[in-house]
Amino acid sequence: MGERPMRAGSRLERVLCSGRFAVTAELAPLDTSDPDAVFDRAIVLAEVADAINVTDSSGAHVHMSCLAVCSLLTHSDYEPVFQMQCRDRNRIAQQADLLGAAALGVKNVLCLTGDGIQAGDQPEAKPVFDLDSIQLLRMARILRDESRFLSGRKIDVPPRLFLGAASNPFAPPHAWRPARLAKKVEAGADFIQTQYCFDVPRLQEFMARVRDMGLHEQVYILIGVGPLRSAGAAEWMGNNVPGVYIPSEIIERLRKTPKADQREEGMAICVEIIQQVREIEGVHGVHVMAYRQEEMVAEIIHRAGLFPRRAKSTSPVHRPHFGMAEKGE
Amino acid sequence: MSSARWLQDRPGVLDAAYRATHTVLQSVEPLLRRLGFERLGGLFETGERWSKGPLFDCQMCGQCILHSTGMTCPMTCPKNLRNGPCGGVRANGHCEVKPEMPCVWVLAWERAAKMGDHGNEIHLIQPPVDRRLQDTSSWLNTLSERDQFRPAGWISVDDIGVVQHG
Repeated sequence: MGERPMRAGSRLERVLCSGRFAVTAELAPLDTSDPDAVFDRAIVLAEVADAINVTDSSGAHVHMSCLAVCSLLTHSDYEPVFQMQCRDRNRIAQQADLLGAAALGVKNVLCLTGDGIQAGDQPEAKPVFDLDSIQLLRMARILRDESRFLSGRKIDVPPRLFLGAASNPFAPPHAWRPARLAKKVEAGADFIQTQYCFDVPRLQEFMARVRDMGLHEQVYILIGVGPLRSAGAAEWMGNNVPGVYIPSEIIERLRKTPKADQREEGMAICVEIIQQVREIEGVHGVHVMAYRQEEMVAEIIHRAGLFPRRAKSTSPVHRPHFGMAEKGE
Repeated sequence: MSSARWLQDRPGVLDAAYRATHTVLQSVEPLLRRLGFERLGGLFETGERWSKGPLFDCQMCGQCILHSTGMTCPMTCPKNLRNGPCGGVRANGHCEVKPEMPCVWVLAWERAAKMGDHGNEIHLIQPPVDRRLQDTSSWLNTLSERDQFRPAGWISVDDIGVVQHG
């Protein structure tokens, strides 16, 4: 990757700029108003990840506000990636939150379309989808680089943000996926986080095309990975989580493993995939999504040979008590 | 196969019809302008709804970009995506939100490939939708150039060329 201007100076951006292999991890969504629950979940990820992705009511299920979680994390010197989607906010709310996020110390934003409403437990709600992810990305870049809102009105101090976008090399139409990535780079993506990769040959094909187009020199690409809990869980994920493809060989391999050892085997598969994608030219890091298995992330990173991450102490600098100081007393 | 679907899979034919409509409208534009676009709104809306409705399942967004999307209406995408498919497309090429429906963008991609040079417009970054134009006639909006509205902040980035993908 050639010399690039520093967008926001986030930890993630600095790791990527320095040429080190980056690790990000996804924080499981929280159904609580207790800030301590956020720290309890985040601490196991902060030990090994350069940044922690905070989902935005993922799967169209209500969870603690993404921006609020990001704010709790930045107050404790953890580094969040704010996953902003288009399902619940129109362009006015999105711009307001981009400014607010920057004010709260958020430096990374991942611009997403968002899961459809029907995926959640309130399918009767109104989907917004005012902008799409590419328009959101472009708009965020206008705020940052041109210091004005979409309307053209000036911003006093623009939000300094490292802008990300998602890519799914594993979803049809496969031939279009590299061109769609190009469109996201054109719109303003500084980094990319992909959907779960369980099909390495498919990723190799995709990355070959990405390299032909020279995109790997214009954007940092982090490949999504994660441990499968069991053969049953793998099958369920492949059938029910939109955009996740799990080759039958992987499910077969898990099924042949005794039930008690499947979790361990799922972790071994994840470690192997990390080692394989790391060898692909143009891959700059991995994004670990270990849904409700966060405690395994450190071991996965360790076994994949990506330790040590950073020397710094990782316990929260301080746990702010936003209105929860007298909790339970 | 329905006749609409038969036609949709021949985007070249639809594109020719699209251009012919455009040429006819351009040639009568001075007359229409004199009559007043506003007075003609109802008539054109009805005409557009009746012709493009059955053919494209037109959602009357009022700012038609069919020629940039393989003659496949992007507003029929449940997420209203104007710039390509989301990551949720199923392995069989169907929609994440409506499993029985083929993904609009999978079809758009196949059809754009049949459109020659014009098909390359699928790589353009489409600006945000002007929601005020919902349920108005895109034909009239093209003639009156109302469909050319871009937010002031967007304008500097609006003329980005076709993304190099070849």
